[in-house]
Amino acid sequence: MKTDQPATTMSTTTSVRRGELTCRQAVENAINAAHRHAPLNAFVELWEEPARRRADELDRLIASGATPPPLAGLVFGVKANICTTLGRTTCASRMLADYRSPFEATAVRRLREAGAIPIGSLNMDEFGMGSSGENSAHGPTLNPWDRTRVPGGSSSGGAAAVAAGILPLALGSDTGGSIRQPAAMCGVVGIKPTYGRVSRLGLVAYASSFDQIGPITPDVHSAAVALTHLCGFDPDDATSADLPVPDFTRDLLADPGPVRIAVPRQARLGSNHPDVSAAFDRSLDSLRQDGAQIVDVDMPMLDAAVNAYYIVATAEASSNLARYDGVRYGRRAPNAASLEEVYTRSRTEGFGPEVQRRIMLGTHVLSAGYADEFYLTALRARRVIKQEFDAAFAMGCRAVAMPTAPNPAFRLGEKAADPASMYLEDVYTVGVNLAGLPAISVPMGLSTSTGTALPLGLQLIGPAFEESAILNLAARFEARVGRWSPPA
Amino acid sequence: MPPEDSLLPEDVVRKVARLAKLAPSDAQIALYRRQLSDVLARMGALRSLDLSGVEPLAHVGDTRNRLREDVPGPTLPSDTVMALAPDRSPPFLKVPKVLGEGGGA
Repeated sequence: MKTDQPATTMSTTTSVRRGELTCRQAVENAINAAHRHAPLNAFVELWEEPARRRADELDRLIASGATPPPLAGLVFGVKANICTTLGRTTCASRMLADYRSPFEATAVRRLREAGAIPIGSLNMDEFGMGSSGENSAHGPTLNPWDRTRVPGGSSSGGAAAVAAGILPLALGSDTGGSIRQPAAMCGVVGIKPTYGRVSRLGLVAYASSFDQIGPITPDVHSAAVALTHLCGFDPDDATSADLPVPDFTRDLLADPGPVRIAVPRQARLGSNHPDVSAAFDRSLDSLRQDGAQIVDVDMPMLDAAVNAYYIVATAEASSNLARYDGVRYGRRAPNAASLEEVYTRSRTEGFGPEVQRRIMLGTHVLSAGYADEFYLTALRARRVIKQEFDAAFAMGCRAVAMPTAPNPAFRLGEKAADPASMYLEDVYTVGVNLAGLPAISVPMGLSTSTGTALPLGLQLIGPAFEESAILNLAARFEARVGRWSPPA
Repeated sequence: MPPEDSLLPEDVVRKVARLAKLAPSDAQIALYRRQLSDVLARMGALRSLDLSGVEPLAHVGDTRNRLREDVPGPTLPSDTVMALAPDRSPPFLKVPKVLGEGGGA
Protein backbone atom coordinates (compact mmCIF):
# COMPACT_ATOMS: atom_id res chain seq x y z
CA MET A 1 0.00 0.00 0.00
CA LYS A 2 1.15 3.50 -0.82
CA THR A 3 0.96 6.33 1.64
CA ASP A 4 -0.30 9.00 -0.76
CA GLN A 5 -3.90 7.94 -0.34
CA PRO A 6 -6.55 10.44 -1.37
CA ALA A 7 -8.36 12.31 1.37
CA THR A 8 -11.56 10.60 2.40
CA THR A 9 -14.82 12.34 3.20
CA MET A 10 -14.23 11.61 6.87
CA SER A 11 -10.69 13.00 6.96
CA THR A 12 -11.79 16.14 5.07
CA THR A 13 -14.88 16.97 7.08
CA THR A 14 -13.15 16.12 10.37
CA SER A 15 -10.24 18.43 9.52
CA VAL A 16 -12.70 21.22 8.71
CA ARG A 17 -14.58 20.74 11.97
CA ARG A 18 -11.35 20.77 13.94
CA GLY A 19 -10.22 23.96 12.24
CA GLU A 20 -7.20 22.24 10.69
CA LEU A 21 -8.45 22.87 7.17
CA THR A 22 -10.60 25.66 5.79
CA CYS A 23 -13.22 24.98 3.16
CA ARG A 24 -11.32 27.39 0.92
CA GLN A 25 -8.13 25.31 1.33
CA ALA A 26 -10.07 22.14 0.50
CA VAL A 27 -11.33 23.82 -2.67
CA GLU A 28 -7.88 25.16 -3.65
CA ASN A 29 -6.35 21.72 -3.06
CA ALA A 30 -8.89 20.12 -5.38
CA ILE A 31 -8.47 22.81 -8.05
CA ASN A 32 -4.67 22.47 -7.94
CA ALA A 33 -4.88 18.69 -8.11
CA ALA A 34 -7.33 18.89 -11.01
CA HIS A 35 -4.92 21.12 -12.95
CA ARG A 36 -1.94 18.92 -12.06
CA HIS A 37 -3.80 15.88 -13.38
CA ALA A 38 -5.26 17.66 -16.42
CA PRO A 39 -3.83 15.04 -18.83
CA LEU A 40 -6.21 12.47 -17.34
CA ASN A 41 -9.05 14.46 -18.95
CA ALA A 42 -11.30 13.64 -16.00
CA PHE A 43 -13.10 17.00 -16.01
CA VAL A 44 -15.31 18.61 -18.63
CA GLU A 45 -15.00 21.92 -16.78
CA LEU A 46 -14.20 23.28 -13.33
CA TRP A 47 -16.47 25.66 -11.44
CA GLU A 48 -13.64 27.41 -9.65
CA GLU A 49 -15.24 30.74 -8.77
CA PRO A 50 -18.60 29.42 -7.53
CA ALA A 51 -16.70 26.82 -5.46
CA ARG A 52 -14.45 29.48 -3.91
CA ARG A 53 -17.45 31.69 -3.12
CA ARG A 54 -19.29 28.81 -1.47
CA ALA A 55 -16.18 27.80 0.48
CA ASP A 56 -15.68 31.36 1.77
CA GLU A 57 -19.34 31.51 2.79
CA LEU A 58 -18.93 28.28 4.77
CA ASP A 59 -15.66 29.47 6.32
CA ARG A 60 -17.35 32.70 7.47
CA LEU A 61 -20.16 30.66 8.97
CA ILE A 62 -17.65 28.47 10.82
CA ALA A 63 -15.64 31.53 11.98
CA SER A 64 -18.84 33.04 13.42
CA GLY A 65 -19.02 30.10 15.79
CA ALA A 66 -22.00 28.44 14.11
CA THR A 67 -22.08 24.65 13.82
CA PRO A 68 -20.96 23.86 10.29
CA PRO A 69 -23.20 21.67 8.13
CA PRO A 70 -22.14 18.01 8.27
CA LEU A 71 -20.32 17.90 4.93
CA ALA A 72 -18.74 21.38 5.13
CA GLY A 73 -15.58 21.46 3.05
CA LEU A 74 -16.29 18.23 1.21
CA VAL A 75 -15.47 18.93 -2.44
CA PHE A 76 -17.22 16.78 -5.04
CA GLY A 77 -17.45 16.35 -8.79
CA VAL A 78 -20.62 15.80 -10.77
CA LYS A 79 -20.92 13.44 -13.72
CA ALA A 80 -21.76 15.42 -16.84
CA ASN A 81 -25.25 13.86 -17.09
CA ILE A 82 -26.38 15.21 -13.70
CA CYS A 83 -27.83 18.71 -13.87
CA THR A 84 -26.41 21.64 -11.96
CA THR A 85 -26.92 25.36 -12.42
CA LEU A 86 -23.19 26.04 -12.08
CA GLY A 87 -22.11 25.36 -15.64
CA ARG A 88 -22.81 23.13 -18.59
CA THR A 89 -24.47 19.70 -18.46
CA THR A 90 -23.05 18.25 -21.67
CA CYS A 91 -23.62 14.52 -21.14
CA ALA A 92 -20.30 14.35 -23.06
CA SER A 93 -22.34 14.85 -26.23
CA ARG A 94 -22.04 17.34 -29.06
CA MET A 95 -25.84 17.43 -28.83
CA LEU A 96 -25.64 19.24 -25.47
CA ALA A 97 -22.25 20.94 -25.89
CA ASP A 98 -23.62 24.29 -24.71
CA TYR A 99 -26.55 23.09 -22.61
CA ARG A 100 -27.02 24.87 -19.30
CA SER A 101 -29.68 23.28 -17.15
CA PRO A 102 -32.36 25.61 -15.79
CA PHE A 103 -32.65 23.43 -12.67
CA GLU A 104 -30.50 21.39 -10.31
CA ALA A 105 -30.61 17.64 -9.70
CA THR A 106 -32.04 16.68 -6.31
CA ALA A 107 -28.89 14.65 -5.55
CA VAL A 108 -26.66 17.70 -6.08
CA ARG A 109 -28.99 19.90 -4.05
CA ARG A 110 -28.99 17.47 -1.14
CA LEU A 111 -25.18 17.33 -1.00
CA ARG A 112 -24.91 21.13 -1.36
CA GLU A 113 -27.40 21.69 1.43
CA ALA A 114 -25.29 19.42 3.64
CA GLY A 115 -22.30 21.72 3.06
CA ALA A 116 -20.54 19.84 0.25
CA ILE A 117 -19.06 21.96 -2.54
CA PRO A 118 -19.51 21.05 -6.22
CA ILE A 119 -16.24 21.71 -8.05
CA GLY A 120 -16.72 20.60 -11.62
CA SER A 121 -18.32 18.48 -14.28
CA LEU A 122 -16.86 15.01 -14.85
CA ASN A 123 -16.14 13.32 -18.15
CA MET A 124 -18.11 10.22 -19.13
CA ASP A 125 -19.24 8.05 -22.00
CA GLU A 126 -21.81 10.01 -24.00
CA PHE A 127 -25.22 9.79 -22.26
CA GLY A 128 -23.81 6.95 -20.12
CA MET A 129 -23.37 4.64 -23.10
CA GLY A 130 -20.04 2.91 -22.78
CA SER A 131 -17.80 0.80 -20.56
CA SER A 132 -14.49 2.55 -21.24
CA GLY A 133 -14.91 6.32 -21.15
CA GLU A 134 -13.86 6.46 -24.80
CA ASN A 135 -17.27 7.46 -26.17
CA SER A 136 -16.98 11.10 -25.13
CA ALA A 137 -17.23 14.26 -27.21
CA HIS A 138 -14.58 15.64 -24.82
CA GLY A 139 -12.11 12.84 -25.61
CA PRO A 140 -11.30 9.79 -23.50
CA THR A 141 -10.40 9.87 -19.81
CA LEU A 142 -7.15 8.05 -18.95
CA ASN A 143 -6.69 5.56 -16.14
CA PRO A 144 -4.46 7.04 -13.38
CA TRP A 145 -2.89 3.60 -12.85
CA ASP A 146 -1.71 3.38 -16.45
CA ARG A 147 -2.42 6.19 -18.88
CA THR A 148 -2.44 3.85 -21.85
CA ARG A 149 -5.52 2.16 -20.41
CA VAL A 150 -9.19 3.05 -20.03
CA PRO A 151 -10.60 3.96 -16.60
CA GLY A 152 -13.82 2.05 -17.33
CA GLY A 153 -17.16 3.72 -17.89
CA SER A 154 -19.43 5.32 -18.14
CA SER A 155 -18.55 7.30 -14.97
CA SER A 156 -14.95 7.50 -16.24
CA GLY A 157 -14.02 10.99 -15.01
CA GLY A 158 -15.38 10.41 -11.52
CA ALA A 159 -13.50 7.16 -10.96
CA ALA A 160 -10.27 8.59 -12.38
CA ALA A 161 -10.53 11.81 -10.33
CA VAL A 162 -11.14 9.94 -7.08
CA ALA A 163 -8.36 7.42 -7.80
CA ALA A 164 -5.91 10.22 -8.61
CA GLY A 165 -6.69 11.85 -5.26
CA ILE A 166 -8.26 14.96 -6.83
CA LEU A 167 -11.64 14.41 -5.19
CA PRO A 168 -12.91 12.58 -2.11
CA LEU A 169 -16.32 12.15 -3.77
CA ALA A 170 -17.73 11.95 -7.28
CA LEU A 171 -21.36 11.60 -8.20
CA GLY A 172 -21.82 8.95 -10.85
CA SER A 173 -24.76 7.17 -12.42
CA ASP A 174 -25.16 3.46 -12.99
CA THR A 175 -27.45 2.04 -15.66
CA GLY A 176 -25.61 -1.23 -16.34
CA GLY A 177 -22.49 -0.94 -14.17
CA SER A 178 -21.39 2.63 -14.88
CA ILE A 179 -20.43 3.35 -11.25
CA ARG A 180 -19.13 -0.07 -10.20
CA GLN A 181 -17.05 -1.02 -13.26
CA PRO A 182 -14.97 2.20 -13.45
CA ALA A 183 -14.59 2.12 -9.65
CA ALA A 184 -13.17 -1.40 -9.98
CA MET A 185 -10.84 -0.46 -12.85
CA CYS A 186 -9.53 2.58 -10.95
CA GLY A 187 -9.20 0.92 -7.54
CA VAL A 188 -11.85 2.94 -5.70
CA VAL A 189 -15.25 2.27 -4.14
CA GLY A 190 -18.52 2.69 -6.05
CA ILE A 191 -22.04 1.87 -4.96
CA LYS A 192 -25.18 1.63 -7.04
CA PRO A 193 -28.10 2.12 -4.66
CA THR A 194 -31.37 0.22 -4.95
CA TYR A 195 -33.55 1.50 -7.79
CA GLY A 196 -35.66 4.29 -6.23
CA ARG A 197 -33.27 5.06 -3.35
CA VAL A 198 -31.78 8.23 -4.85
CA SER A 199 -33.89 10.72 -6.75
CA ARG A 200 -33.40 10.68 -10.52
CA LEU A 201 -34.70 14.24 -10.87
CA GLY A 202 -32.02 16.02 -12.87
CA LEU A 203 -30.30 12.85 -14.04
CA VAL A 204 -30.46 12.94 -17.83
CA ALA A 205 -32.32 9.77 -18.79
CA TYR A 206 -30.62 6.91 -20.63
CA ALA A 207 -32.69 3.87 -19.56
CA SER A 208 -35.21 5.04 -17.01
CA SER A 209 -36.02 1.68 -15.42
CA PHE A 210 -32.30 1.13 -14.60
CA ASP A 211 -30.67 4.54 -14.03
CA GLN A 212 -29.51 5.33 -10.49
CA ILE A 213 -27.21 8.02 -9.10
CA GLY A 214 -24.56 6.92 -6.60
CA PRO A 215 -21.22 7.90 -5.07
CA ILE A 216 -17.65 7.00 -6.10
CA THR A 217 -15.26 7.41 -3.17
CA PRO A 218 -11.77 6.43 -1.96
CA ASP A 219 -13.15 4.16 0.77
CA VAL A 220 -16.30 2.47 2.01
CA HIS A 221 -16.87 4.87 4.89
CA SER A 222 -16.96 7.82 2.47
CA ALA A 223 -19.53 5.97 0.37
CA ALA A 224 -21.69 5.49 3.48
CA VAL A 225 -21.41 9.18 4.36
CA ALA A 226 -22.36 10.30 0.86
CA LEU A 227 -25.21 7.81 0.58
CA THR A 228 -26.71 8.93 3.89
CA HIS A 229 -27.07 12.41 2.42
CA LEU A 230 -28.04 11.38 -1.13
CA CYS A 231 -30.90 9.01 -0.35
CA GLY A 232 -34.44 10.00 0.43
CA PHE A 233 -37.91 10.40 -0.98
CA ASP A 234 -38.38 13.01 -3.69
CA PRO A 235 -41.98 13.84 -4.58
CA ASP A 236 -40.71 15.11 -7.95
CA ASP A 237 -39.47 11.66 -9.00
CA ALA A 238 -42.41 9.29 -9.44
CA THR A 239 -40.11 6.28 -8.97
CA SER A 240 -38.52 7.57 -5.76
CA ALA A 241 -39.00 5.18 -2.82
CA ASP A 242 -40.89 6.62 0.14
CA LEU A 243 -38.87 4.77 2.78
CA PRO A 244 -36.88 5.87 5.81
CA VAL A 245 -33.13 6.31 5.21
CA PRO A 246 -30.81 4.89 7.87
CA ASP A 247 -27.54 6.53 8.85
CA PHE A 248 -25.38 4.26 6.73
CA THR A 249 -22.24 5.17 8.68
CA ARG A 250 -23.62 3.68 11.89
CA ASP A 251 -22.52 0.11 12.63
CA LEU A 252 -20.34 0.14 9.54
CA LEU A 253 -17.76 -2.12 11.16
CA ALA A 254 -20.15 -3.84 13.58
CA ASP A 255 -19.98 -7.62 13.86
CA PRO A 256 -22.65 -8.75 11.39
CA GLY A 257 -23.21 -12.05 13.20
CA PRO A 258 -23.42 -15.25 11.15
CA VAL A 259 -23.31 -14.30 7.47
CA ARG A 260 -23.92 -16.38 4.38
CA ILE A 261 -22.71 -15.07 1.06
CA ALA A 262 -23.85 -16.63 -2.20
CA VAL A 263 -21.42 -17.13 -5.07
CA PRO A 264 -23.08 -17.99 -8.37
CA ARG A 265 -21.41 -20.68 -10.41
CA GLN A 266 -21.91 -18.26 -13.33
CA ALA A 267 -19.47 -15.79 -11.71
CA ARG A 268 -16.60 -18.13 -12.35
CA LEU A 269 -16.61 -17.84 -16.11
CA GLY A 270 -13.74 -19.57 -17.85
CA SER A 271 -13.32 -16.33 -19.77
CA ASN A 272 -12.40 -14.40 -16.60
CA HIS A 273 -8.89 -13.00 -16.63
CA PRO A 274 -6.77 -15.37 -14.47
CA ASP A 275 -5.81 -12.51 -12.16
CA VAL A 276 -9.51 -11.76 -11.64
CA SER A 277 -10.25 -15.40 -10.77
CA ALA A 278 -7.30 -15.56 -8.37
CA ALA A 279 -8.16 -12.29 -6.62
CA PHE A 280 -11.80 -13.35 -6.36
CA ASP A 281 -10.82 -16.66 -4.72
CA ARG A 282 -8.55 -14.83 -2.29
CA SER A 283 -11.44 -12.44 -1.50
CA LEU A 284 -13.72 -15.35 -0.70
CA ASP A 285 -11.03 -16.74 1.61
CA SER A 286 -10.82 -13.39 3.33
CA LEU A 287 -14.60 -13.29 3.77
CA ARG A 288 -14.48 -16.82 5.20
CA GLN A 289 -11.74 -15.81 7.65
CA ASP A 290 -14.04 -13.00 8.73
CA GLY A 291 -16.63 -15.62 9.61
CA ALA A 292 -18.77 -15.70 6.48
CA GLN A 293 -20.10 -18.92 5.08
CA ILE A 294 -19.69 -19.03 1.29
CA VAL A 295 -22.55 -20.83 -0.44
CA ASP A 296 -22.33 -21.92 -4.07
CA VAL A 297 -25.53 -21.20 -5.96
CA ASP A 298 -26.71 -21.67 -9.51
CA MET A 299 -28.13 -18.62 -11.29
CA PRO A 300 -28.41 -19.89 -14.87
CA MET A 301 -30.24 -16.87 -16.21
CA LEU A 302 -27.26 -14.63 -15.39
CA ASP A 303 -25.70 -15.93 -18.59
CA ALA A 304 -28.49 -14.15 -20.45
CA ALA A 305 -28.13 -10.88 -18.52
CA VAL A 306 -25.98 -9.02 -21.05
CA ASN A 307 -28.34 -9.85 -23.90
CA ALA A 308 -31.45 -8.99 -21.90
CA TYR A 309 -29.89 -5.78 -20.65
CA TYR A 310 -28.76 -4.49 -24.03
CA ILE A 311 -32.21 -5.13 -25.48
CA VAL A 312 -34.21 -3.44 -22.72
CA ALA A 313 -31.75 -0.59 -22.09
CA THR A 314 -31.42 0.33 -25.76
CA ALA A 315 -35.20 0.09 -26.21
CA GLU A 316 -35.64 2.60 -23.39
CA ALA A 317 -32.80 4.73 -24.75
CA SER A 318 -34.37 4.92 -28.21
CA SER A 319 -37.47 6.38 -26.58
CA ASN A 320 -35.68 8.65 -24.08
CA LEU A 321 -33.33 10.14 -26.65
CA ALA A 322 -36.18 10.94 -29.03
CA ARG A 323 -36.44 14.21 -27.09
CA TYR A 324 -33.31 15.57 -28.78
CA ASP A 325 -34.98 17.11 -31.79
CA GLY A 326 -33.05 20.33 -32.28
CA VAL A 327 -36.13 22.39 -31.47
CA ARG A 328 -36.50 23.03 -27.75
CA TYR A 329 -32.90 22.81 -26.56
CA GLY A 330 -29.58 21.31 -27.57
CA ARG A 331 -27.89 21.32 -30.94
CA ARG A 332 -29.66 22.32 -34.12
CA ALA A 333 -27.98 21.60 -37.43
CA PRO A 334 -27.49 24.87 -39.33
CA ASN A 335 -29.34 25.56 -42.57
CA ALA A 336 -31.85 22.74 -42.34
CA ALA A 337 -34.45 23.29 -45.03
CA SER A 338 -37.36 21.53 -43.37
CA LEU A 339 -38.50 20.40 -39.95
CA GLU A 340 -37.68 16.81 -40.88
CA GLU A 341 -34.15 17.89 -41.74
CA VAL A 342 -33.85 19.71 -38.41
CA TYR A 343 -34.58 16.42 -36.67
CA THR A 344 -32.42 14.09 -38.70
CA ARG A 345 -29.44 16.34 -39.28
CA SER A 346 -29.34 17.62 -35.68
CA ARG A 347 -29.42 14.07 -34.36
CA THR A 348 -26.97 12.65 -36.87
CA GLU A 349 -24.48 15.46 -36.26
CA GLY A 350 -25.15 15.68 -32.51
CA PHE A 351 -24.92 12.03 -31.41
CA GLY A 352 -21.69 10.03 -31.43
CA PRO A 353 -21.48 6.59 -33.09
CA GLU A 354 -22.17 4.46 -29.99
CA VAL A 355 -25.27 6.50 -29.12
CA GLN A 356 -26.52 6.19 -32.70
CA ARG A 357 -25.82 2.45 -32.61
CA ARG A 358 -27.79 2.01 -29.39
CA ILE A 359 -30.69 4.15 -30.60
CA MET A 360 -30.87 2.05 -33.77
CA LEU A 361 -30.60 -1.20 -31.82
CA GLY A 362 -33.37 -0.07 -29.48
CA THR A 363 -35.52 1.09 -32.37
CA HIS A 364 -35.05 -2.26 -34.07
CA VAL A 365 -35.90 -4.43 -31.04
CA LEU A 366 -39.09 -2.43 -30.52
CA SER A 367 -40.15 -2.36 -34.17
CA ALA A 368 -43.11 -4.29 -35.55
CA GLY A 369 -42.27 -7.94 -36.04
CA TYR A 370 -39.29 -7.91 -33.68
CA ALA A 371 -40.72 -6.69 -30.36
CA ASP A 372 -41.94 -10.15 -29.31
CA GLU A 373 -38.75 -11.88 -30.32
CA PHE A 374 -36.43 -9.44 -28.58
CA TYR A 375 -38.05 -6.98 -26.20
CA LEU A 376 -40.66 -9.18 -24.51
CA THR A 377 -38.26 -12.14 -24.32
CA ALA A 378 -35.70 -9.90 -22.62
CA LEU A 379 -38.31 -8.69 -20.13
CA ARG A 380 -39.14 -12.33 -19.31
CA ALA A 381 -35.46 -13.10 -18.75
CA ARG A 382 -35.34 -10.00 -16.54
CA ARG A 383 -38.02 -11.42 -14.27
CA VAL A 384 -36.19 -14.75 -13.96
CA ILE A 385 -32.90 -12.95 -13.14
CA LYS A 386 -34.66 -11.07 -10.36
CA GLN A 387 -36.15 -14.34 -9.10
CA GLU A 388 -32.71 -15.98 -9.05
CA PHE A 389 -31.31 -13.18 -6.87
CA ASP A 390 -34.41 -13.34 -4.65
CA ALA A 391 -33.92 -17.10 -4.26
CA ALA A 392 -30.34 -16.61 -3.03
CA PHE A 393 -31.53 -14.05 -0.48
CA ALA A 394 -34.42 -16.33 0.54
CA MET A 395 -31.80 -18.99 1.38
CA GLY A 396 -30.61 -16.61 4.07
CA CYS A 397 -27.75 -15.10 2.08
CA ARG A 398 -27.02 -11.51 3.00
CA ALA A 399 -25.22 -10.81 -0.25
CA VAL A 400 -24.28 -12.28 -3.60
CA ALA A 401 -20.58 -11.94 -4.44
CA MET A 402 -19.05 -11.71 -7.90
CA PRO A 403 -16.10 -9.98 -9.49
CA THR A 404 -17.16 -6.51 -10.67
CA ALA A 405 -15.61 -7.02 -14.11
CA PRO A 406 -14.13 -10.03 -15.91
CA ASN A 407 -10.93 -8.16 -16.86
CA PRO A 408 -8.62 -5.49 -15.51
CA ALA A 409 -8.59 -2.15 -17.34
CA PHE A 410 -7.97 -2.72 -21.05
CA ARG A 411 -5.95 -0.59 -23.43
CA LEU A 412 -7.41 2.52 -25.01
CA GLY A 413 -8.82 1.53 -28.39
CA GLU A 414 -8.56 -2.20 -27.68
CA LYS A 415 -12.30 -2.88 -27.82
CA ALA A 416 -13.52 0.28 -29.52
CA ALA A 417 -14.13 -1.34 -32.92
CA ASP A 418 -16.12 -4.28 -31.55
CA PRO A 419 -19.23 -3.21 -29.63
CA ALA A 420 -20.28 -6.79 -28.84
CA SER A 421 -17.00 -7.51 -27.03
CA MET A 422 -17.25 -4.21 -25.16
CA TYR A 423 -20.76 -5.17 -24.00
CA LEU A 424 -19.37 -8.39 -22.49
CA GLU A 425 -17.32 -6.31 -20.04
CA ASP A 426 -20.66 -5.67 -18.30
CA VAL A 427 -21.40 -9.36 -17.75
CA TYR A 428 -21.32 -9.12 -13.94
CA THR A 429 -22.91 -5.73 -13.46
CA VAL A 430 -26.02 -5.60 -15.67
CA GLY A 431 -27.95 -8.32 -13.83
CA VAL A 432 -28.02 -6.06 -10.78
CA ASN A 433 -29.65 -3.26 -12.78
CA LEU A 434 -32.16 -5.65 -14.36
CA ALA A 435 -33.18 -6.69 -10.82
CA GLY A 436 -32.99 -3.14 -9.37
CA LEU A 437 -30.74 -4.24 -6.48
CA PRO A 438 -28.02 -2.35 -4.57
CA ALA A 439 -24.42 -3.37 -5.24
CA ILE A 440 -21.02 -2.09 -4.20
CA SER A 441 -17.61 -2.53 -5.83
CA VAL A 442 -14.70 -2.52 -3.40
CA PRO A 443 -11.02 -3.02 -4.37
CA MET A 444 -9.93 -6.66 -3.98
CA GLY A 445 -6.32 -6.53 -5.10
CA LEU A 446 -4.08 -5.87 -8.05
CA SER A 447 -3.56 -7.60 -11.34
CA THR A 448 0.15 -7.66 -12.13
CA SER A 449 0.48 -10.13 -14.99
CA THR A 450 0.10 -7.39 -17.62
CA GLY A 451 3.30 -5.72 -16.42
CA THR A 452 1.59 -2.81 -14.68
CA ALA A 453 -0.35 -3.00 -11.44
CA LEU A 454 -4.04 -2.70 -12.24
CA PRO A 455 -6.76 -2.74 -9.58
CA LEU A 456 -9.61 -5.26 -9.47
CA GLY A 457 -13.01 -4.99 -7.82
CA LEU A 458 -15.12 -7.30 -5.68
CA GLN A 459 -18.84 -6.81 -6.10
CA LEU A 460 -21.25 -7.40 -3.24
CA ILE A 461 -24.93 -7.38 -4.18
CA GLY A 462 -27.66 -7.03 -1.56
CA PRO A 463 -31.43 -7.38 -1.30
CA ALA A 464 -33.47 -4.31 -2.26
CA PHE A 465 -32.98 -1.41 0.18
CA GLU A 466 -30.36 -3.34 2.19
CA GLU A 467 -27.47 -1.00 1.37
CA SER A 468 -26.49 -1.17 5.05
CA ALA A 469 -25.76 -4.89 4.79
CA ILE A 470 -23.41 -4.63 1.80
CA LEU A 471 -21.71 -1.50 3.19
CA ASN A 472 -21.01 -3.41 6.40
CA LEU A 473 -19.57 -6.40 4.55
CA ALA A 474 -17.55 -4.15 2.24
CA ALA A 475 -16.16 -2.05 5.13
CA ARG A 476 -15.07 -5.17 6.99
CA PHE A 477 -13.53 -6.59 3.82
CA GLU A 478 -11.68 -3.32 3.16
CA ALA A 479 -10.40 -3.27 6.74
CA ARG A 480 -8.91 -6.73 6.17
CA VAL A 481 -7.43 -6.33 2.69
CA GLY A 482 -6.55 -2.62 2.70
CA ARG A 483 -6.66 0.03 0.00
CA TRP A 484 -4.43 0.67 -2.97
CA SER A 485 -3.44 3.93 -4.65
CA PRO A 486 -1.98 4.45 -8.11
CA PRO A 487 1.74 5.18 -8.41
CA ALA A 488 2.33 8.91 -7.95
CA MET B 1 -18.41 -10.81 -37.54
CA PRO B 2 -21.24 -12.75 -39.18
CA PRO B 3 -20.95 -13.74 -42.85
CA GLU B 4 -22.49 -11.47 -45.50
CA ASP B 5 -25.61 -13.60 -46.08
CA SER B 6 -26.58 -13.60 -42.40
CA LEU B 7 -26.43 -9.82 -42.09
CA LEU B 8 -29.53 -7.81 -41.39
CA PRO B 9 -30.84 -6.71 -44.82
CA GLU B 10 -29.63 -3.24 -45.72
CA ASP B 11 -33.17 -1.94 -46.24
CA VAL B 12 -34.02 -2.96 -42.66
CA VAL B 13 -31.05 -0.95 -41.35
CA ARG B 14 -32.10 2.04 -43.45
CA LYS B 15 -35.68 1.76 -42.18
CA VAL B 16 -34.50 1.62 -38.56
CA ALA B 17 -32.36 4.71 -39.12
CA ARG B 18 -35.34 6.50 -40.64
CA LEU B 19 -37.58 5.55 -37.69
CA ALA B 20 -34.87 6.79 -35.29
CA LYS B 21 -34.62 10.09 -37.23
CA LEU B 22 -30.99 9.43 -38.07
CA ALA B 23 -29.38 9.85 -41.49
CA PRO B 24 -26.12 7.90 -41.47
CA SER B 25 -23.88 8.01 -44.55
CA ASP B 26 -23.65 4.94 -46.78
CA ALA B 27 -20.35 4.01 -45.13
CA GLN B 28 -21.91 4.32 -41.68
CA ILE B 29 -24.91 2.25 -42.79
CA ALA B 30 -22.54 -0.50 -43.89
CA LEU B 31 -20.68 -0.37 -40.55
CA TYR B 32 -23.85 -0.26 -38.42
CA ARG B 33 -25.27 -3.11 -40.49
CA ARG B 34 -22.34 -5.35 -39.56
CA GLN B 35 -22.23 -4.27 -35.94
CA LEU B 36 -25.99 -4.50 -35.35
CA SER B 37 -26.09 -7.89 -37.05
CA ASP B 38 -23.30 -9.11 -34.81
CA VAL B 39 -24.99 -7.87 -31.63
CA LEU B 40 -28.42 -9.17 -32.69
CA ALA B 41 -26.95 -12.56 -33.55
CA ARG B 42 -25.63 -12.84 -29.99
CA MET B 43 -28.91 -11.61 -28.56
CA GLY B 44 -30.69 -14.31 -30.53
CA ALA B 45 -29.37 -16.73 -27.90
CA LEU B 46 -32.30 -15.60 -25.75
CA ARG B 47 -34.61 -17.50 -28.09
CA SER B 48 -33.20 -20.82 -26.90
CA LEU B 49 -34.36 -20.16 -23.33
CA ASP B 50 -37.58 -21.65 -22.07
CA LEU B 51 -39.41 -18.60 -20.81
CA SER B 52 -42.94 -19.78 -21.48
CA GLY B 53 -45.34 -18.75 -18.77
CA VAL B 54 -43.01 -16.02 -17.43
CA GLU B 55 -44.62 -12.59 -17.18
CA PRO B 56 -42.46 -9.84 -18.70
CA LEU B 57 -40.97 -7.51 -16.07
CA ALA B 58 -40.78 -3.95 -17.40
CA HIS B 59 -40.08 -2.22 -14.11
CA VAL B 60 -38.80 -3.39 -10.73
CA GLY B 61 -40.17 -0.52 -8.69
CA ASP B 62 -43.55 0.11 -7.22
CA THR B 63 -45.70 0.41 -10.34
CA ARG B 64 -48.75 1.97 -8.76
CA ASN B 65 -49.61 5.42 -10.03
CA ARG B 66 -48.50 8.09 -7.63
CA LEU B 67 -50.94 10.96 -7.69
CA ARG B 68 -50.64 14.33 -6.06
CA GLU B 69 -53.04 17.11 -5.24
CA ASP B 70 -54.15 19.00 -8.31
CA VAL B 71 -52.88 22.39 -7.16
CA PRO B 72 -50.67 24.83 -9.05
CA GLY B 73 -47.04 24.88 -8.01
CA PRO B 74 -43.96 26.79 -9.13
CA THR B 75 -42.76 26.26 -12.71
CA LEU B 76 -39.66 27.33 -14.57
CA PRO B 77 -39.98 30.88 -15.93
CA SER B 78 -40.86 30.74 -19.62
CA ASP B 79 -38.01 33.18 -20.45
CA THR B 80 -35.52 30.71 -18.95
CA VAL B 81 -36.88 27.79 -20.88
CA MET B 82 -37.27 29.79 -24.09
CA ALA B 83 -33.63 30.87 -23.86
CA LEU B 84 -32.56 27.23 -24.29
CA ALA B 85 -34.14 26.95 -27.75
CA PRO B 86 -31.79 27.17 -30.74
CA ASP B 87 -34.24 29.46 -32.57
CA ARG B 88 -37.19 31.33 -31.14
CA SER B 89 -39.64 34.14 -31.53
CA PRO B 90 -41.15 34.37 -28.04
CA PRO B 91 -43.59 33.07 -27.04
CA PHE B 92 -42.97 30.64 -29.93
CA LEU B 93 -40.21 28.24 -30.87
CA LYS B 94 -39.11 28.72 -34.47
CA VAL B 95 -38.60 25.88 -36.94
CA PRO B 96 -38.33 25.74 -40.73
CA LYS B 97 -41.43 25.08 -42.78
CA VAL B 98 -43.03 21.76 -41.99
CA LEU B 99 -44.11 21.37 -45.62
CA GLY B 100 -41.53 21.86 -48.37
CA GLU B 101 -42.06 23.91 -51.53
CA GLY B 102 -43.48 20.90 -53.34
CA GLY B 103 -45.82 20.07 -50.47
CA GLY B 104 -43.96 16.89 -49.54
CA ALA B 105 -42.60 16.53 -46.04
